[in-house]
Amino acid sequence: MFPDFGRYVQNFINENVNYIIFNFGDSFEAAANFLLIFLVGLERGLQAIPPWAIICLVGLLAYTAGRRITMALLLMSLMFLIGALGLWDQAIQTVAIILIAIMISVIIGLPTGILIARSSFFYTVITPFLDLMQTIPSFVYLLPVAMLFGLGKVPAILATVIYSTPPLVRLTSLGIRSVNAEIIEVARAFGSTPSQILRKVEIPLALPLIMQGLNQTIMMALSMVVVASMIGARGVGEIILLGLQRNDPGQGFLGGIVIVILAIIFDRISQSFGIRMQDYKRTSS
Amino acid sequence: MKSQIEISDLYKIFGPNPETVLKQARAGMEKTGILEKTAHTVALSGINLKIEKGEIFVIMGLSGSGKSTLLRHFNRLIEPTHGRIFFNGTDIMSMSPAELNIFRKRRMSMIFQHFVLMPHRMVIDNVAFGLEIQKISRKICYEKARKWIEIVDLQEYERSYPAELSGGMQQRVGIARALCTNPDILLMDEAFSSLDPMIRSEMQNKLLTLHKQLGKTIIFITHDLEEALHLGHRIAILKDGQISQIGTPSEILFKPKDDYVRGFTKNVNRTRILPIRTIMRPVPLQLSGETIESALHHMQKAHVNHGYVVMDKKYQGIVSRKQLEKIPEEQRKNKALNVIETQNGPPTLDSSMTIDKALIPALRYNHDLPVMNLTDGQLYGIITREDIASLLDKKDWDTAPILP
Ligand SMILES: Nc1ncnc2c1ncn2[C@@H]1O[C@H](COP(=O)(O)OP(=O)(O)OP(=O)(O)O)[C@@H](O)[C@H]1O
Ligand SMILES: [Mg+2]
Repeated sequence: MFPDFGRYVQNFINENVNYIIFNFGDSFEAAANFLLIFLVGLERGLQAIPPWAIICLVGLLAYTAGRRITMALLLMSLMFLIGALGLWDQAIQTVAIILIAIMISVIIGLPTGILIARSSFFYTVITPFLDLMQTIPSFVYLLPVAMLFGLGKVPAILATVIYSTPPLVRLTSLGIRSVNAEIIEVARAFGSTPSQILRKVEIPLALPLIMQGLNQTIMMALSMVVVASMIGARGVGEIILLGLQRNDPGQGFLGGIVIVILAIIFDRISQSFGIRMQDYKRTSS
Repeated sequence: MKSQIEISDLYKIFGPNPETVLKQARAGMEKTGILEKTAHTVALSGINLKIEKGEIFVIMGLSGSGKSTLLRHFNRLIEPTHGRIFFNGTDIMSMSPAELNIFRKRRMSMIFQHFVLMPHRMVIDNVAFGLEIQKISRKICYEKARKWIEIVDLQEYERSYPAELSGGMQQRVGIARALCTNPDILLMDEAFSSLDPMIRSEMQNKLLTLHKQLGKTIIFITHDLEEALHLGHRIAILKDGQISQIGTPSEILFKPKDDYVRGFTKNVNRTRILPIRTIMRPVPLQLSGETIESALHHMQKAHVNHGYVVMDKKYQGIVSRKQLEKIPEEQRKNKALNVIETQNGPPTLDSSMTIDKALIPALRYNHDLPVMNLTDGQLYGIITREDIASLLDKKDWDTAPILP
């Protein structure tokens, strides 16, 4: 009853992936190595810092973000718990991967968000891709990515970036689009150039929404660590994966707890920064 | 001499195909007809006007008459469909984007109905915005901004955010922000319409004071005739994108060109707007350092019961015939007029006060009221009760006594 399209599509993709690997594989590996240098540097750097200093750093960040001492203390004790559960090193590895992935997401996501806020053409073109990136099961692109870059941390980062960038793009675009048109008119009336309008008006006013997007991006990146560990990223994800493979639910549970703790820490700190950026909305009481 | 701003044959049509609709509009088709037939809005049609340097030019009209659209053509925030706009003889339409930005930075500032301050910036950063855009160093920006914040009386709020200020305070920030770039022209789009009445009249007076000090050209939009008459040197009345009438406040009040303009002026309390000088008459009898006898003589000859005493060019007071006749005849020859006899006279009125200030004295005193220049004490003229009455009486509107 049905024509056999599936086979053609399948063959088409296979041939193209093979073609790319064959011809451009080396340049991909070079790019991967470049990324790897950063990642390894960051990981070593973080590992060189004594744990107590990192715990203090988290407390300091939490306090500057939220100005609440209880919150800072809570997050510090959660960090301590990670160490006590014996997964400190793995947690640091995971954090390094997440941080790099977030950086790449921001570098790609912010300009893309601004672009699709500005142009309705790019908006219609890019939005379906954002949907695709969020819904397509990651294993579908993990295989070709791993074939291109080899197993290891780089494909893990790429998979994380693909999955976690869309919310940042969407909320950046939403933030810029929802800046009051009258304020833009004021900026124009005073002779602002388009880039001045973007820097001095649109981005600052969109910042609360952009921060919300960043927060979601971070959460989604964390949710990818287990998948990422399947293609060779080490860290907490690997612990969970090993726990599953060795039929050791206790170990899986430990890993799960650490992921949740990391999520809480990232979430609270980034949210507090986002909320503080809206302080100007409050009237003094 | 060239006017500071000149607009000639300006048309603005909103819609997907303005060029074709322009022909119909130029052929004289009505705004409503065009809207029904072509779904295009003729926001402005055939506008011609000239605005002089230092003038307060008010644009008035009902909602949707095109006031905001017209105002946004002065700095080209809106591009005209047809027509030319000149500033000091230069065609604004021929400017490149970069030139236009310089023009907006230096020449014109805008003040908005809903203030539209930037919520994420403190008061001082809002005021300094125009200078910051010009890439002027932060120190100088702040120095100038502070000066203007002081002038609008907001020193204590320099570091507050807009959300912490009341409407009137926010609009003062808006005014400071506009003046901070030292523009030649202020464009004000219903700048006071969203303020409550007391703050509004306070702001109007503040604006007039600033105008006196700075002498900037102000183009002011309002839909309130009282405000227009109070502030404007000239008023343009817009109807459906066309100018019905341009004129001075008294021309608008006393010589309305059509029913649309008359509709605006119908319910206005004219005594609250017109200055006393508009109904002033010459002094019938001026007396100076003479004897009582000769004063009485002059009164008889002029058939008046009151005389206005002026010494050394300064107004002294009123004397009445009855008062003088009470003085025994033998004293009249050597006794000079003096001020003591005029103690219970009416309060002095300045020629620039509004007529309503004269209402109570006019009811209380049974004679014409003297009008003077309060700053130098000169007597300018008088106003009669009859003229005030005819001003208040709506039937007499088109036959106002004297026009300035
Ligand atoms: N961007 C636009 N697109 C389409 N039509 C517009 C646009 N701006 C204004 N108009 C139309 O042009 C006409 C004039 O509008 P404008 O805003 O200048 O009126 P206004 O006199 O300022 O009114 P108000 O007192 O309500 O502010 C109206 O009919 C309005 O619907
Ligand atoms: Mg308007």
